[in-house]
Amino acid sequence: MKIEARNLSFAVRGKTLLQDVSLSVEPGETLALVGPNGSGKSTLMRLLSGIARPTQGQVLLANKPLAQLTRRQIAQRIAIVEQQAETAERITARSVVELGRTPWLTALNPWSGDDTALVDKALGTVEMESFALREWSTLSGGERQRLHIARALAQRPGLLLLDEPTNHLDIHHQLSILNCIRNLKVTSVVALHDLNQALTCDKVAVLSHGRLAAFGAPEQALAPETVSDIFGIRARWVRDAEGADPFLSFQLT
Amino acid sequence: MSAAAALALQGIRGVCLALPVLAAAVLAGAMIGETPLAPDLVLSVLANKLAGAGLPVDPVDQGIVWSYRLPRALVAAACGAALAVAGVVLQALLRNALADPYILGISAGASTGAVAVTIAGLGGGALSLSFGAFNGALLAFGFVAILARAAGAGGNRAAAAQIVLAGIAGSQLFNALTAFIIAKSANADQARGIMFWLMGNLSGVRWTDVWLAVPLALAGWIICRFHARALDAFTFGADSAASLGIPVRRVQVVLIFATALMTAVMVSIVGSIGFVGLVIPHAARFLVGPGHRRLMPAAALTGAVFLIAADIVSRIIIPGQVLPIGVVTALIGAPSFAVILVRGQRAAR
Repeated sequence: MKIEARNLSFAVRGKTLLQDVSLSVEPGETLALVGPNGSGKSTLMRLLSGIARPTQGQVLLANKPLAQLTRRQIAQRIAIVEQQAETAERITARSVVELGRTPWLTALNPWSGDDTALVDKALGTVEMESFALREWSTLSGGERQRLHIARALAQRPGLLLLDEPTNHLDIHHQLSILNCIRNLKVTSVVALHDLNQALTCDKVAVLSHGRLAAFGAPEQALAPETVSDIFGIRARWVRDAEGADPFLSFQLT
Repeated sequence: MSAAAALALQGIRGVCLALPVLAAAVLAGAMIGETPLAPDLVLSVLANKLAGAGLPVDPVDQGIVWSYRLPRALVAAACGAALAVAGVVLQALLRNALADPYILGISAGASTGAVAVTIAGLGGGALSLSFGAFNGALLAFGFVAILARAAGAGGNRAAAAQIVLAGIAGSQLFNALTAFIIAKSANADQARGIMFWLMGNLSGVRWTDVWLAVPLALAGWIICRFHARALDAFTFGADSAASLGIPVRRVQVVLIFATALMTAVMVSIVGSIGFVGLVIPHAARFLVGPGHRRLMPAAALTGAVFLIAADIVSRIIIPGQVLPIGVVTALIGAPSFAVILVRGQRAAR
């Protein structure tokens, strides 16, 4: 599902958090959203998901203004994986994933076998089938994050928004989760801190002080000059001895 | 089988399970007391009054059962169910395990209203204590709601914490007002009477109260049960609920108003009985898990049975004297809850 931001601005109590951001992601593409802390990544995510309304500009989902859809209609199209969503409830892994079916259920259209099948499939995609009956409090950070992704997949969204999904995960889980996201046929927007991980996505948007500093193919958007300037460091391309794709190396100036 | 039929079947099964338990509890409430009465006598009274059977029953016994114990048991059931369901809803909505129906300032406001009428003499004797309590409760809730709204400009994320803080501020304010009125104009007897009322008192309950409490508890339960899935979606917070398609602000407003109204009416009939709204939801969660579609009926049933039992105990434990029911709920409830808590922890390991 295509998503497009047109001249988005967002201000809270007179403080501008995001100014005049325009970008678009084509169906099936994965967009990486990078930028220093406080550059507006999470704000942009909240606007794209419709949880917050832009002060100016609009979001178009499949060429239709997001503002015209109800919360339920949005939830049937967009799923969100937040940073560290936690709970103290003694809920099982499986029931976390079942929450993903919420936007599709009504009093007259209650839980059915299809929903069970979708939950099974989502658990399988993140390789968490064997954890289904475990209680939330007994799971590790990586397992919880994978369940959140499974919950989002159970929503059967056309667009997946992930806010730093690899935070607090070890390198194996970081790579496996990113791999899992890239292999999904769903359009995705992923906020990331690791610029080399961003390089592996289809497109990259770089935010700085609430403005879009660069947007396009990864190698262009993450050109060392841009990165050096925005993050206040010195970045350069490095190629390893095996001759694989170049990656970014950083130094403090 | 169609989806709607499956749903109806599920509902019927629930009712079939809950009704006998509830009926048995009410029957026990009508039988047990300072004058113990046999079950067949209670049933005869019911047959006489409901079906005009004309069975021979001592008019004194009939009076005890029909005018005194039955309305008392029914109001206790309605009140216990309403408080427990209000507790479930507020704990889920505010994501706070310590939330109870009184967190919105209702109990404090009710006591202020009650003393304003009975001690300060507001309305010149024309107003009843429950009228004062109900209006005080609504006033306090209004204050808390406005304060929470004024403070909650940050959106969904901060809203739950703001409501809790506003509720604490409101409760403190109205408790201070109550203390002020009592200190200024009450004598020792009045102060004692008010203290008794505050800890819960079912003595004055009559059939008119039943016709108010039972339909209200039912209506409140239906509204809350209807929102069960929405409450599940709040497991990971308000933003997460919004991303699952829940109209967060609307659900918060509807459910908070429904619970506030239920609680205000119950408090104005029986005083502020503590403990039920806080602990029964936790107890029910240990029994059936955190899913609200099962938790809501379980909490309502547990709350109803628990309060009927507490009322029975409050009537018989000291011969010739009725203990405030709030004392009993806390004295029985706290230790039994401790047991559940410890057992639950062990089971989880």
